Amino acid sequence: MEMISPFILGLTVFILAIFVGYYVVWKVTPALHSPLMSVTNAISSVIIVGAVLAAGSAQDTLTQLFGFGAVMMASINIFGGFVVTRRMLEMFNKKK
Amino acid sequence: MIANFSALAYLASSVCFILALQGLSSAKTSQRGLSLGILGMSIAIGTTLASPIVASYGWIISGIIVGGIIGTLIAKKIQMTALPQLVAAFHSLVGLSAVCVAAAALLEPEAFNIGSVGFIAAGSLVEMGFGVAIGAITFTGSVVAFAKLQGLVSGNPLIFKGQHKVNAALGLGLVVMLLLFAASESHNLFWAIAFVSFLLGFLLILPIGGADMPVVISMLNSYSGWAAAGIGFTLGNSLLIITGALVGASGAILSYIMCKGMNRSILNIILGGFGGEQAAASQGPKEQRPYKAGSSEDAGFIMKNAKSVVIVPGYGMAVAQAQHALREMADILQQEGVEVRYAIHPVAGRMPGHMNVLLAEANVPYESVLELEEINRDFAQTDVAFVIGANDVTNPSAKTDPTSPIYGMPVLDVEKAKTVLFVKRSMSPGYAGVDNELFYKDNTLMLFGDAKKMCEEIIKTLEE
Repeated sequence: MEMISPFILGLTVFILAIFVGYYVVWKVTPALHSPLMSVTNAISSVIIVGAVLAAGSAQDTLTQLFGFGAVMMASINIFGGFVVTRRMLEMFNKKK
Repeated sequence: MIANFSALAYLASSVCFILALQGLSSAKTSQRGLSLGILGMSIAIGTTLASPIVASYGWIISGIIVGGIIGTLIAKKIQMTALPQLVAAFHSLVGLSAVCVAAAALLEPEAFNIGSVGFIAAGSLVEMGFGVAIGAITFTGSVVAFAKLQGLVSGNPLIFKGQHKVNAALGLGLVVMLLLFAASESHNLFWAIAFVSFLLGFLLILPIGGADMPVVISMLNSYSGWAAAGIGFTLGNSLLIITGALVGASGAILSYIMCKGMNRSILNIILGGFGGEQAAASQGPKEQRPYKAGSSEDAGFIMKNAKSVVIVPGYGMAVAQAQHALREMADILQQEGVEVRYAIHPVAGRMPGHMNVLLAEANVPYESVLELEEINRDFAQTDVAFVIGANDVTNPSAKTDPTSPIYGMPVLDVEKAKTVLFVKRSMSPGYAGVDNELFYKDNTLMLFGDAKKMCEEIIKTLEE
């Protein structure tokens, strides 16, 4: 049997995920649109997965440096994004 | 076997991310959602670290530690008024790390299991090219957005002759280079793609005026997602694809909501040139029309004797850091038995939901902050509308004057309130460069001064 190309599989996942995103994001209350933005910013730094591969498994120093740079920048985002989102959500949930 | 196991772990973290976004449907569930998001990220990083292809940990650990410390410190110290700049800066980092990962994948495809140098599949090269292009555009675009929001460069749109032609030519060149790159795997072409995309990012955001920043930020949010998805395709990693799609969709929806809030098409905003001083100047000098100015004593007296007050905050309130004084004023009014509520326009502030965060920071209860559709009908039964730091979003000519640049934009019907108190520094027009009819209405009282000082003075009057 002919194998399905990885691109088509990826595309399938991609399109379905856009639909999931579409329906989930429309449910987000407008008051929380800023936290939505900072949390999506944090999770888009999941690109760190690729950065880790470059920094940890490459042989060439230049590649490792690219990997290191990407790991560092993605970490700034992940930590920064989650911390600032937590700060905001705590404000919304403060007891008077 | 191990590959299947990691794929399952990645699936688990994708589900966590979806639940994190879903948690934001209400303030109550949002914190649990955030914890799930952090869990998902930990699973993703842990799984990758454990994969056998990763041979050394020195670079990784130091990168995470350095980045983690920088990120945490910045996020803890940042003032909520500066949130839009912070988010723009964060977006730029996502873009740049996408570029770095794509470059690493090109230099050493073996490390990512996508072939070897000179023998990367054409499909992977297309994806890599897309990843680097979107990443690079996101990077420079976000840097420009950051500089504009931070006030490092003027918020006015920067336009030069033939701008659209240059951009179109660069875009076309980019597509041609992508195709050539996919056919040749030339490293020089890869760097050329990166360079042109960096340039394009600059040129795309420079002409967009300060008033459109909420759209720009949302758009860049979306781009950063697409960049992550592009890298996901290159590496054949479904977690990256799913997350990228979620973020991309989220940013796109926010952009749509912002555009609708301003009644402008996304194309119109991307083409740029709206807002800033040129628009105001082009209208030419106008005769000064009569308006009524009042003092803090007048304002205090009127509000004290009102039954209901609706506060309409805008970006001016954030600039003046007036949210705390404003809340104090509202508290005193409530003790006097006045019903106080807040009306938030979708594009108030410099990013979606910015006003809500600032009010939450000042301890304003979540329930008394209402969105445009929820409160617009109530203005007719409201005694006082207290407009502080907002302008264009209250302009009635958006409903009545088809020649107005903001015609058709949904606005808050503040003029229907019995009295309108309008806190403003001077009679200058708002960001859209349009004069506000509201200033000259009989039931409008202008309160000239800094938003914070005005609130403090009103508090003094109320306490007497």
